[in-house]
Amino acid sequence: MNSNLHMYILAAPLLTAFFLGIFSRKSRSLLAPCVLGSLALSSILSIVVLRNVLEIGPISYTVGAWLPPWGIELLVDPLSGLMLLLISVVALVASFAALPWVRKELGDREHLFFILYLILVAGLMGLVLTADAFNLYVLLEITSITTYGLIAMGRGRAPLSSFNYIIMGSIGASFYLLGVGYLYLLTGTLNMADIAQFLPELQGTIALGTAMAFILIGLWVKMAFFPLHGWLPMAYSQAPNGAGVMIAPLMTKVTVYLMLRLMFSFIAPGFAMYETDLQSVIVWAAAIGIICASALALGQRDLKRMLTYIIVAEVGYMVGGAWLINEPGITGTVLHIVNDALMTLCLMLAAVAIAYRTGGLKFENLTNLYKKMPLTMAAFTVGAFAMIGVPPTCGFFSKWYLILGGVEAGQWGYVVALVFSSLVNAVLFFRIIEYAYFGKGGEEHGHESIERNEAPAMILGPLLLAAAGLIIVGLSNGPLVENLIKLAIPASFLG
Amino acid sequence: MELTTSIWPLVAVLVSLAASVPIMLSDKQPNLREFWTLLAAVIKVAIVVSLLPGVLAGGGYVFTLAEVIPGVPIEFRVDAFGIIFALIASFLWMLTSLYSIGYMRALEEHAQTRYFASFAVAISATIGVAFAANLLTMYLFYEMLSLSTYPLVTHEQNAEAKSSGRKYLTYILGTSIGLALPAMLVVYALTGTLDFTVGGILADKASPTALGVLLVLFLFGFAKAGIMPFHGWLPAAMVAPTPVSSFLHGVAVVKAGVFSILRILFHIIGPDQLAEADIGWIVTTLASVTLLVASLIALTQDNLKRRLAYSTVGQLSYMVLGAGMVSAIGMTGGIMHIGMHAFGKITLFFCAGAIYVAAGKKYISQMDGLGKQMPITFGAFLLGALSIIGLPPLGGFISKWKLVLGAVDGGQLTLLAVLLVSSLLNAAYFLPIVYRAFFVEPPEGAVNGIREAPLFCLVPICLTAFGSLVLFFYHDTFLRLARLALGLGG
Amino acid sequence: MENLTAEILAKYNYWIYVILMMVGFYAMIGKRNLVKKLIGMNIFQTAIILFFISTGAKAGGKIPILNKYEVLEHGVNVNSIVNPLPHVLMLTAIVVGVSVTGVALAVLVRIYRKYGTLEEDEILQKIEDEKG
Repeated sequence: MNSNLHMYILAAPLLTAFFLGIFSRKSRSLLAPCVLGSLALSSILSIVVLRNVLEIGPISYTVGAWLPPWGIELLVDPLSGLMLLLISVVALVASFAALPWVRKELGDREHLFFILYLILVAGLMGLVLTADAFNLYVLLEITSITTYGLIAMGRGRAPLSSFNYIIMGSIGASFYLLGVGYLYLLTGTLNMADIAQFLPELQGTIALGTAMAFILIGLWVKMAFFPLHGWLPMAYSQAPNGAGVMIAPLMTKVTVYLMLRLMFSFIAPGFAMYETDLQSVIVWAAAIGIICASALALGQRDLKRMLTYIIVAEVGYMVGGAWLINEPGITGTVLHIVNDALMTLCLMLAAVAIAYRTGGLKFENLTNLYKKMPLTMAAFTVGAFAMIGVPPTCGFFSKWYLILGGVEAGQWGYVVALVFSSLVNAVLFFRIIEYAYFGKGGEEHGHESIERNEAPAMILGPLLLAAAGLIIVGLSNGPLVENLIKLAIPASFLG
Repeated sequence: MELTTSIWPLVAVLVSLAASVPIMLSDKQPNLREFWTLLAAVIKVAIVVSLLPGVLAGGGYVFTLAEVIPGVPIEFRVDAFGIIFALIASFLWMLTSLYSIGYMRALEEHAQTRYFASFAVAISATIGVAFAANLLTMYLFYEMLSLSTYPLVTHEQNAEAKSSGRKYLTYILGTSIGLALPAMLVVYALTGTLDFTVGGILADKASPTALGVLLVLFLFGFAKAGIMPFHGWLPAAMVAPTPVSSFLHGVAVVKAGVFSILRILFHIIGPDQLAEADIGWIVTTLASVTLLVASLIALTQDNLKRRLAYSTVGQLSYMVLGAGMVSAIGMTGGIMHIGMHAFGKITLFFCAGAIYVAAGKKYISQMDGLGKQMPITFGAFLLGALSIIGLPPLGGFISKWKLVLGAVDGGQLTLLAVLLVSSLLNAAYFLPIVYRAFFVEPPEGAVNGIREAPLFCLVPICLTAFGSLVLFFYHDTFLRLARLALGLGG
Repeated sequence: MENLTAEILAKYNYWIYVILMMVGFYAMIGKRNLVKKLIGMNIFQTAIILFFISTGAKAGGKIPILNKYEVLEHGVNVNSIVNPLPHVLMLTAIVVGVSVTGVALAVLVRIYRKYGTLEEDEILQKIEDEKG
């Protein structure tokens, strides 16, 4: 089926970015309606497209009518449809909170921020849509370059963190490009479906192994898979708060999606690649990564930095889950992409809401927050419970599938790592809840009154929405898995 | 069992959860706030009682909220075992609410709104545990109970409360996430279901070794049951206000732990598998050790609430012990002890709170001669203590007698000895308190001006003490429900 | 041994790219000067671009500029021209590389303005001092 509706999802933020570039310097008032309007349009169109895809199957569009395999194909199947919806909704919700923050942090440069912001969103959408391996590289770099720019807008050592990220990000992208070069040498094509056709004959060859190794390492650098995560904590915690709320939930998750997409296209189960110990090695690496990242998170004394290490641990969850190559493992990974994006969104929103009022996110600044910002802290608590994996929040259910996958595959190291990380998360978040619950120095007699001072509605609203979303997505987990995620996974990976 | 679809189980669970919203909104009007609490309590009791006849007739009620995982919905089911727990919990919540009002106002406690709201959420979770139709739903409410009681444990908000809160969460969350959750997933991987089924779901699905491992994971995983060495949170949690200790750490929270373990033993692993795989000894050994050691520690405690806490740890293991005996009468005794102990122990805690409110005394050594000033309180204390020791004519006798019969029935003479020694120890740590209060002369001027606690405290004490007495004579309903729960027929 | 030498010599261009890549990689990871890191990154990317271009090369291949009428009449002898697709791709990759370099240079300017140096050690030292 051919349709170009999904092109507009991507075009809305992209064209708005150009429009803003031309006009918003003069009239500031255009900014908020343009940003929110374009992302809202994308969100609505995503819902329509996802519904169409579920009804009639994958929809393809070839840019400029250059037919595949030569032209660039943009393909929506249930998986990319789900990702499109996730990206547009998270970006929309995050941009509400970004608006007041950017005004506060960047003042008259806010239009520059939002131009990059919208191009980044468009790039992320392009990443999930494209069916062309080289085009994927270009989009990967578009998202990265905009992210470099956004991070560099932060204060303090942000430029240095950004530069560090540029170097690491370029290494990742170059590795990916090199791998694609190998694939091109082997198959003579760059369209993913087309490449996949040639692969059965090539299984087990060193050349294909090298190609996949380069591609995977490239993506792992980009998604901050431990121990290639070095750039992430600095970059994400130094980024302007307005950028962090969108980048942290989406970037790593979209890269995990790319890994899944390439696995689905290039490595069907039963191929020679799985018969080696490679699969176990990756799952073990993920397990070790989860444990190390969780342990590093324990050492942090700043809420935002702590969250960044949790993001690294969560990447380990998903890489490990994907490489279990069984039904619950992959289901859990796809589910966790959605859930982790929402959980991170909720917690980042809570963090920026707190930072907006307290000025800092060092643990010592967090005392008495339950009295000062009860609604914010209620939402934060829900997000924390989701990260710990308390039912009925959504975090519990993806963890359920991931652990189940580990049990079925007999990967006990991975199971232990997941349980360990849940326990560490419990310690991490209750430490903060304790700070927020008790007064300074742990003593508070409760009779003195502390003034309520909630975050502005532009941040609080999205935050409460995200927190409610965690519970709603959790409770509707059954239909979500049965009617959407099961369809998003190729049949050969199921059962 | 005939199951009728009905929304009432859900309403029974949610009514107090919903009440927490108006409670929080009525922050500035204490009377209105307490009205919401009492209203929710009365509605809850009414719903649970209205469900009782259907269950006694051999039926049940079911309500499915959402199918969250293939084969495992969030589902409520009212069966005989669940309704025993729900009846006890909802009835005692009503009395505790009254008592709380008296206690909290008399002491002019801070943050009362938070207190009542958390309490409402906690009782919701308790009923959720009771009415859960499968392990996942039970786990959900079990965690909700753990989390909602954190603000209650740390109510004082001082350094001691802080460290107790940490200890509480470490034990409870650590074991439930670290042990119970993986065990639950393994059961799901083995069977594809988590439904509570009379006779268990693991028949022919797991090797005896695997069953043994799962059993240990579950026993320790539901640490609210306080099986040693995971009992340390309970004495620590005594830093909470007394109504919390009495209801949550005498009834709801600890019983939720025992209830969960019993559910697992009866309806997941199944008594037959327990006997076949010959792993019942794990349960009885752990329980015996816990109840003896806890009773010995209780002897050494001078702080009344801590002594009661260790007594609770010991008594909880009676219930687990009964379940591990794998004899019908022993298991019946274990289930009945949930109810008998609840009435006895809540009376004792209420008395401890009343003494603190009226006399400001926490330590047993300070209570010499108080009995003359507070005869009603100490009279009730005596009744509660006798019930826990297991003397007629009090409810505790019935369940302990059945446990003894169960031990004889199974020819487990060691267990018989354990039960008798433990009862002696119970007497040894309770009766001296009553003796001191009534017969030891107080130091000069120590008891001057001490009166009975306010009426709001005193009435619930009398009611629960009286309840212990009544349960001795009218325990047929309990017995019937216990037998239904075990699939033995009314 | 002779075979190996012949093998290496036959694919000498690829070996050069590998060496270039290693040089670039070393500079990115090992150098403490930020500009040198950036230069390393450029070398690294250039090596990959050259690698791609090489994949399109053919012995005796000419540039793919063809006479339209001739092609319509006789078709294309694909062995006589080099594969143009890698060139097109690399054109894009070069654009990407230049953009990244541009952003990186802009960031470096900001770093230099803030810290007055581009040596990583000195910058970190200054950050430490600020804290202390």
